[in-house]
Amino acid sequence: MPGATGLRRLGAQVAVCLLAACVLAGPSPAFAAGMPQLDFHNPLTIWQVVWGAVIFLLLYLVLSRSALPQVASVLDARRGRIEGDLEAARTAKTGTDRAIDDLRRARRKAAAEAQANLDRVLQDAREEAAVRTREMNARLEAEIAAAEAQLAQERTRAMGALRTVAADTAQLLVERVTGQPAGRSLVESHVDGALAARTA
Amino acid sequence: MAAADNKIDALGQFELHPVLGPLGAQLHLSQSVLYMLLSSVLILLFLYLGMRPRAVVPGRFQAAAEIAYEFIYDMASDQIGHDGKRFFPFVFTLFFFILVGNYVGLIPGSFTYTSHIAVTAALALMVFFLALIVALVSQGMKFFGHFMPEGAPIAMAPLLVPIEILTFLSRPVSLSIRLFANMVAGHVMFEMFAAFTIMLGGLHLIGPVLGVAPLIVNMALMALELLVGALQAYVFAILTCIYLREATAH
Repeated sequence: MPGATGLRRLGAQVAVCLLAACVLAGPSPAFAAGMPQLDFHNPLTIWQVVWGAVIFLLLYLVLSRSALPQVASVLDARRGRIEGDLEAARTAKTGTDRAIDDLRRARRKAAAEAQANLDRVLQDAREEAAVRTREMNARLEAEIAAAEAQLAQERTRAMGALRTVAADTAQLLVERVTGQPAGRSLVESHVDGALAARTA
Repeated sequence: MAAADNKIDALGQFELHPVLGPLGAQLHLSQSVLYMLLSSVLILLFLYLGMRPRAVVPGRFQAAAEIAYEFIYDMASDQIGHDGKRFFPFVFTLFFFILVGNYVGLIPGSFTYTSHIAVTAALALMVFFLALIVALVSQGMKFFGHFMPEGAPIAMAPLLVPIEILTFLSRPVSLSIRLFANMVAGHVMFEMFAAFTIMLGGLHLIGPVLGVAPLIVNMALMALELLVGALQAYVFAILTCIYLREATAH
């Protein structure tokens, strides 16, 4: 920064010149009579106040117009930056909190949905199993009923065959025992009577 | 300049003499003025060079300048109140003009302008009249009511009012003499013990050994004077703040 270097060099030069002037001013003559501060016959005593007032006024003007506002601007800039950063951090934190809330809510929702899906699937499976069981029971009952019907039919048929066989056997026995043919209808009526007696 | 003919010239160091040749003589410039100028330049250099980086995270030099600023700013705003900001540059100028004057004066061979009653009285009168004007402007005639303490019986007025007025008028006197006397005392002590060192140093063989004692005293004095220099500047500034608070209070 050439400006800073230049200013520094100028400042150093001014300070050195002043120091040199102060040193060249030399030591005070020895032996003042009384306090030199109260020697108001010396015009320098009052003139230092006049010059002091001028220097003080100039110093005040430079400080209040330029030097101090410069310090204030740096301090303000820093304060502004810190507050800005804090604000940004606060905003970021709010955003993060919201994101975490969203995440938590989403997770809860997802968990609830998953549970609901699971329940539905289980329910479906249970219902399906029940339907299948019912169907199977119905089929089995139908099969049982069919089998029973067939059994009854077979039994009836068997009973029918038995009557014929019994009638034939009885006719043959009667013919063999009596030696004369027996009437078919007479034999059948007797067999029927015997069968009815047996069944009862 | 000291110990000539075994006499100690403790006051010679305060003597003013013309500087910078005929032009300086014509302008009535003394070394006192040069040191005021030097102090002012040092104050400005301190602030300008210190704040040059304008860094958010300050270095040591910048931190020092900022601490100086904030120290006086806090003092002015805490003590004066809502008007503190208005008087802050004045208090800052006053504090550092005195502080740097005191400290530059501690460099051996230099000059302390705050050891001159004319200078300290001028500073004190400036503060006194500033406070007076501010009080008259902000309080008007009510200001004179402060010379009668509130709640005191009227019968006491002939006694209380003169006391209060005297107290008020003695402010610039105490303010100026406090600083002046402290500076003069410190520098006279320096001169005395420095002279002792030279006188004892001249005493045959044992002299150089004995001469160390006042030298050590002077070193301790330097530490004390560093404290006194800062303390007196602080006292001057804080009393200024208190006077200004009274002046602005309604």
